[in-house]
Amino acid sequence: MNHKSPMTPWLFIGPAVLLLIMFSLLPILVSLTISFTDIDLIGLGNWDTIEFVGLENFINLIQDPLFHRSIFNTLIYVSIGVPLVIICSLSVALMLNYISSKLFTFFRVLFYVPSITNIVAIAVVWAFLYNMDVGLFNFVLNSLGFQDVPWLEHPFVAKISLIILAVWKGIGINMLIYLAALQSIPRSFYEAADIDGANKFQKLRFITIPSLSYATFFVTVTTLIGWLQFFEEPFVMTGGGPLDGTMSMALFIYERGFQYNEFGYAAAASLILFVFIIVATLIQFTFNKSKEN
Amino acid sequence: MKTKFEKLLVTSVLAIGGFIVSIPFIWMVLSSFKSEREARTMPPTFWPEEFTFEHYINLFANLNFGTYFINTLIIVAFALLGLLFNTMAGYGFAKFQFKGREVVFLAVLATMMIPAQVAMIPVYLILNQMGLTNTMAGIILPGLIAAFNIFLIRQFMTTIPNDLIESARIDGAREFRIFFQIIIPLSKPVLAVQAILTFVGAWNSFLWPLIVANEQSLYTLSVGLALLRGQHASSFALQMAGATVMVIPVLILFVFVQRYIVEGFNTTGIK
Repeated sequence: MNHKSPMTPWLFIGPAVLLLIMFSLLPILVSLTISFTDIDLIGLGNWDTIEFVGLENFINLIQDPLFHRSIFNTLIYVSIGVPLVIICSLSVALMLNYISSKLFTFFRVLFYVPSITNIVAIAVVWAFLYNMDVGLFNFVLNSLGFQDVPWLEHPFVAKISLIILAVWKGIGINMLIYLAALQSIPRSFYEAADIDGANKFQKLRFITIPSLSYATFFVTVTTLIGWLQFFEEPFVMTGGGPLDGTMSMALFIYERGFQYNEFGYAAAASLILFVFIIVATLIQFTFNKSKEN
Repeated sequence: MKTKFEKLLVTSVLAIGGFIVSIPFIWMVLSSFKSEREARTMPPTFWPEEFTFEHYINLFANLNFGTYFINTLIIVAFALLGLLFNTMAGYGFAKFQFKGREVVFLAVLATMMIPAQVAMIPVYLILNQMGLTNTMAGIILPGLIAAFNIFLIRQFMTTIPNDLIESARIDGAREFRIFFQIIIPLSKPVLAVQAILTFVGAWNSFLWPLIVANEQSLYTLSVGLALLRGQHASSFALQMAGATVMVIPVLILFVFVQRYIVEGFNTTGIK
């Protein structure tokens, strides 16, 4: 009847599947293997020198104070950053949903733009704004009568500074998700509430927020996964400093792997990060399920 | 009911928020036209006292930004080829029945869970084994396919009627002709969004070029800019000019196409 052969679908999916096997599935196997070896730059050139070391990498990681530091910092990034992103993007979406259409488009672009801007460029610009001596932020604070803030010079303040910048970047895309969700809430819900005499806050509390639970779930999971991989901001702005105060897990892996060429050690650390990400996702899923039941 | 006062209040809050959000962009562009000395004066000037293009000239004449720019464009071009592969795969999964389809599709979806930071060490070793470290191919290949895009494209293509494809087959059209002349035109709404996001993603890509490229001749704009920050740490106006070169093309593109992205968000069904 036609010349559709059993090979045809494979011609279409072939290139993509092949590349995914090469650069997504195979790497996981490689990672699992080398995390039990001491592969380094010499081992890369001559495989004979690579030795199987069992769990040594993982045991060393558990005892590595810098790795502890990076986990601690990453948890701080996540626990402050994720709620902030959700609150900010939801607030902006609610306010945008409220105002007229002409301004709506303008503000939507304005708040979305940081999301598509290059992260290195952003980090370079913010490092200038945060600069202790010639930065705009401290100048404004001084003019308002406040003291200088050591934006990137103090281990804890530096973490907050990086979070502020990442929240600024994270609002846009999540705001779009919330806006789409807001516009899909049936108008009849609010009309029914009006008949029952509900006020604005009751409507927000009992109609809008519950209707957004799926969007919130989606935003939380994607933001959480993104923040666990926090990398470019500390890489460009602080290099993990001061006093390792901004060192994230992803930056730790990068430095171990590509500055010290300890590929086995870095791969072991990356598997631990992977476990963190999977656990966080699973907790989210079960939490959401139990809420639905 | 919405009162005038409430509307004014919400608009003012948004205006203030919007201004704060745009400060980094405003400061970046204005500072890039200041002299190095003016950029460092305290109190700072808002509008450049003397407009200068010296930093932009310096970037392209002495600091290799021309090469970085071309490399970035090469990566963007290949990313769009990757989008073609994604589109083909989306079509294959949406419109063909074949043995193992569910398993393969599930495996494709599973790769979404693997973050780049977890894959970066093994991918580097694989590229090294293939002799592709420090080559353009090594920079391009790891980021070519995105499982999430395949998923979105497939979702869209399942809505295309089968009869359309069948009747084209009966008319004797070959499979790839059907794909290019019927499927792609019908998929314009989803492909337009994907093309824009692919462009932006490739333009901004940082991790693979950073890891794979060892020579300045292979650097992209983002890697070059990170290098610039390291080597000219106190030349802030120069850094702002470099950041502007990276940011402004995407900004201009975005203002023209933002409608499609937002519509795409509404049609891809993340609700």
